[in-house]
Amino acid sequence: MDALNSLLDGFGTALSPLNLLWAALGVLLGTAIGVLPGIGPAMAVALLLPVTYGLNPIAAFIMFAGIYYGAMFGGSTTSILLNTPGESAAVVAAMEGNPMAKAGRGSQALAAAAIGHFAGGMVGTILLVALAPTVAELAVDIGAPDYFAIMVLAFIAVTSVLGSSRIRGLASLLIGLTIGLVGLDQMTGQQRLTFGSLQLADGIDVVIVAVGLFAIGEALWVAAHLRRTTGEAIPVGRPWLGRADVKRTWKSWLRGPFIGFPFGAIPAGGAEIPTFLSYVTEKRLSKHKDEWGKGAIEGVAGPESAASASAAGTLVSMLTLGLPTTAVAAVMLAAFQQYGIQPGPLLFEREPELVWGLIASLFVGMVLLLALNLPLAPLWAKLLRIPRPYLYAGIMFFAAVGAYAVGGEVIDLVILLIIGLIGFGMRRYGLPVLPAVIGVILGPNAEQQLRRALQISDGSVTGLVNTPFAVTVYAVIVLLLAWPLLKKAVIRNRVVSP
Amino acid sequence: MTTQSTGTSPAPATERRSWLRDHSELGVCVLLLVLGVLVLTDALTMDVDIAQRGPVGPRTVPLVVGGGLLVIAALLAVDVLRGGRGQAESGEDVDLSEPADWRTVALLTGVFLGAAVLINPLGFPVAGALLFWGAAFALGSRRFDRDPLIAAVLSLATYAVFNNLLGVPLPGGPLMGAL
Repeated sequence: MDALNSLLDGFGTALSPLNLLWAALGVLLGTAIGVLPGIGPAMAVALLLPVTYGLNPIAAFIMFAGIYYGAMFGGSTTSILLNTPGESAAVVAAMEGNPMAKAGRGSQALAAAAIGHFAGGMVGTILLVALAPTVAELAVDIGAPDYFAIMVLAFIAVTSVLGSSRIRGLASLLIGLTIGLVGLDQMTGQQRLTFGSLQLADGIDVVIVAVGLFAIGEALWVAAHLRRTTGEAIPVGRPWLGRADVKRTWKSWLRGPFIGFPFGAIPAGGAEIPTFLSYVTEKRLSKHKDEWGKGAIEGVAGPESAASASAAGTLVSMLTLGLPTTAVAAVMLAAFQQYGIQPGPLLFEREPELVWGLIASLFVGMVLLLALNLPLAPLWAKLLRIPRPYLYAGIMFFAAVGAYAVGGEVIDLVILLIIGLIGFGMRRYGLPVLPAVIGVILGPNAEQQLRRALQISDGSVTGLVNTPFAVTVYAVIVLLLAWPLLKKAVIRNRVVSP
Repeated sequence: MTTQSTGTSPAPATERRSWLRDHSELGVCVLLLVLGVLVLTDALTMDVDIAQRGPVGPRTVPLVVGGGLLVIAALLAVDVLRGGRGQAESGEDVDLSEPADWRTVALLTGVFLGAAVLINPLGFPVAGALLFWGAAFALGSRRFDRDPLIAAVLSLATYAVFNNLLGVPLPGGPLMGAL
């Protein structure tokens, strides 16, 4: 029951008046930014990074927890009321939520989503409390070769599980790794790709890369293809649920987390797959099959709960292994590095106040989310009517603030713009953005672990595979890589055999 | 490419142009190739004798990344020539049915660069307001009564919140010096 005691200490941290204020501010800001059309959770977190620069790490991460959950809830509000989801995880919310809103049941759809987020987040965070210390304890003994294997797994998973083209995923990853190389080599101080520039010798700040790819790249991309007629948002009242609706949805709320959480913890694209799986499950179990596609409330409740729980699952691998499985986690990892904190198994030993404060504030944030978002929903819905020129001008503006605040250097703004243009090109030619961000964040780290492992083994490659853990991870990687070939073989067999 | 341009078509030039437009993704391959060559040259010209610790020096990973870039550039080129196309990203406000509006992108880029240059001499409040107004203008907003006002309020409020409340210093410039 060590975890419980630590959690209670965490609540002591999270419930101090000032930290409570940061959590509430995070939830409000996160929801407000997340509701804005075109801004997904990753961009929301990246844009709000500079807000936390002046805070101490604990307050900053408490605020982040609020921003993360708020932005995810905000995204589903947009889907339900606008029916044009910007990020893949919110697609499912639109499938039943938007028909509900059109049929005048928008309040119920929003309530089902909000309570789904609450339930999923609660169950997910409880699982996080139960599992994370154990995972961290198991992982404390892992060494350089194991870390390197995990990072290779992250690289492979992010390029071959997500997106339609592996070549384009790999291209994106290599672009990220190249950006990560810029600067002084951590082990020898050798300058790499700096071309003699002093500014580049410090390396390119991860925050600038994230803001450039997620915010500037997106704003430029939308600007080139701005829809002249924007979709009309459906006005909505205060969310509420009748007894009949609660009776239909409570099981969906509780089922969602068990689909969402495991998928969040592994590098499989975050909430995208589990929300869809939850949707299919709910559809199969539903007693009202005729309503599906026309606004079945279970189709909102289950997937939203799964999405929220997957966010908690993401935090397990992020906090215990330093392995970001989603874009938001990647940005949060960048924030950790900003404070000189390295997430990983030792985090629970070295920074117990921070970790448990963060976890406790997840609970606090969820309660705040529910308490604030139910009454404020009509206000959030109004945000959807913001004129698009203001929206994207605002994104450029805050991206500039964020990049400038990193170090007060004009050159950072120019680098930000260049990376934004790269992000624009990537969107144009279907190169996924996430592998590049993961490459920038994990690349330097992976190189260090690789060199450390080979140093220990005196240059012998066997030093990379001399632990059972590393061997297991490499086996998983081989499976991931071989999967498309296997699938092809299976399909061919099926076609031939009958 | 030869099959298209040496054909008996009356207008080989336009045909070549449309072929290039269809295969503009090859530009990505060229960029990856250039990047790969850049990384490899940088790695090979490195003076590694300084302080190499362990069997793997600062060169190894750049060599792998650079080589990877060349391989991927080639693979992508093959994929594009075989008819593979990267899927342009869709979104809430994205309308892919119309051709890209390069003027807006160029304007936004210019406005952003301008603001970057002005931030030190004029200070954040002025440069930020110009950035917001310019970007909104580039994106098609023409409310000359409302846009500058919103830009000014947003920029001043952001400056005050970051500089005074959150403890993130931003340059005030002559305007803040005067106030």
